[in-house]
Amino acid sequence: MPEDQPMTECTIEGLLPAVRAYHEKGYRLVQVSCTKVDETFELSYCFDIDYHMAVLRLVVPAGTKVPSISGIYWGAFIYENETHDFFGVAFTDINIDFKGTLVRTAKQYPFSNISFREVEKCQKK
Amino acid sequence: MSKEIVIPFGPQHPVLPEPIHLDLVIEDEKVKQAIPSIGYVHRGLETLVEKREYPEYVYLAERICGICSFIHGATYCQAVETVMNVEVPERALFLRTIWSEYSRMHSHLLWLGLAADAFGFENLFMDAWRLRESILDELEATTGGRVIQGSCKVGGVRRDIDGETLDAMTTRLDGFRGELKEISDVFLNDSSVKGRMKNVGILPAKEAYDYGAVGPTLRGSGVASDARMLGYAAYGKLHFKPVVEDGCDCYARCAVRMKEVYASIDIIKEAVQKIPDGPIEVKVTGKPEGEYFARAEQPRGEVVHYVKGNGTRHLARHRVRTPTLTNIPPLVKMLEGCELADVPVIVLSIDPCIGCAER
Repeated sequence: MPEDQPMTECTIEGLLPAVRAYHEKGYRLVQVSCTKVDETFELSYCFDIDYHMAVLRLVVPAGTKVPSISGIYWGAFIYENETHDFFGVAFTDINIDFKGTLVRTAKQYPFSNISFREVEKCQKK
Repeated sequence: MSKEIVIPFGPQHPVLPEPIHLDLVIEDEKVKQAIPSIGYVHRGLETLVEKREYPEYVYLAERICGICSFIHGATYCQAVETVMNVEVPERALFLRTIWSEYSRMHSHLLWLGLAADAFGFENLFMDAWRLRESILDELEATTGGRVIQGSCKVGGVRRDIDGETLDAMTTRLDGFRGELKEISDVFLNDSSVKGRMKNVGILPAKEAYDYGAVGPTLRGSGVASDARMLGYAAYGKLHFKPVVEDGCDCYARCAVRMKEVYASIDIIKEAVQKIPDGPIEVKVTGKPEGEYFARAEQPRGEVVHYVKGNGTRHLARHRVRTPTLTNIPPLVKMLEGCELADVPVIVLSIDPCIGCAER
């Protein structure tokens, strides 16, 4: 029987209040993932309490700076740095910012064609 | 006057079985800060969903890790099956559970050997790995592979285990338990082992929970959290309780793994008794559309396989959150303030699998 995974969509302005609400209810952070859909990035924040998962979904266009949740969930820096290094999504006010060096890859932002093309154009100049 | 220096620890280090990289900020013999870095063995496996159709991709999912490969494959299949509303036969679910527990046993025995090697117990290392061979023999006999099984598929499993073989396996497990006791007595009771691991790598329960620890790292801090309690595969039909230790240190994490090997024996025996007759797979047609986060308990902790279909035979996205990735923040906290000499033991105590974490 697959588990129920209720998903809530939020805006950038509503992200931190929503995450803080989960934290106050005793949820733990399961993961943060990113999916590129056309010209946008779908960020999925997963929380769990007593084996019940809740998903918070944030959809942002490419180039948007997303506020970091590491001030609420300290360990979130590992996911946010990873997301930045793979997709190029920038996070503001992150507690430990590796500035693109957490995951060292041969290509910059390998999971994001848009950013890679932009970098390529800059390199050509 | 003390002076801060930075010591790069890894990715190539004699004590490390995995290429984890930590920059240690040292003052005298104390670690002030540990800065992790990954990417040394990054392969970009997740991007290959664009090149492989969902039925084939299970082979790649199994190669995320060479140690806990079966559960990776099973969890990926679970995610796709949920998206496609596939009802897997009961017998296949039990077989997945049996192979998962054998996989857990071999992974824990591998770790126990490496841990023994880390603090100089060479004979104990060899004893643990000798025992592990018998588990690998069972996996090879039933799936055709020692560490990468390839027996899981979307819709069920590829191989069956007949009743006689299952009975023989449980008989051998009884003998295995006796041999296991010899090394468990050393790991759990030896004063030298305790001296090396007791009160080392302290991670209080609240910090473990807040920082996102999973698996034995979390349960060694007294938190009874285990993804098998979700009831996936056949776990919902078996009697099972998470193994928990309250020591919050490296010894507690070791004890959890040791005792989980015993627990796996009990789970396998119960699964063999209860496994129903019937088919082992169903035919799967169609194209995945929708998304799902499948969760399972790897030997190192909770793993999440996220799949997103787009109405074609290729997935739009496959994301794996491995237990090691989420155990890195707690590891960073454990290392703050510790003795430099304790770094190898603390790092090993989370059972890092960098191949998994970097994918």
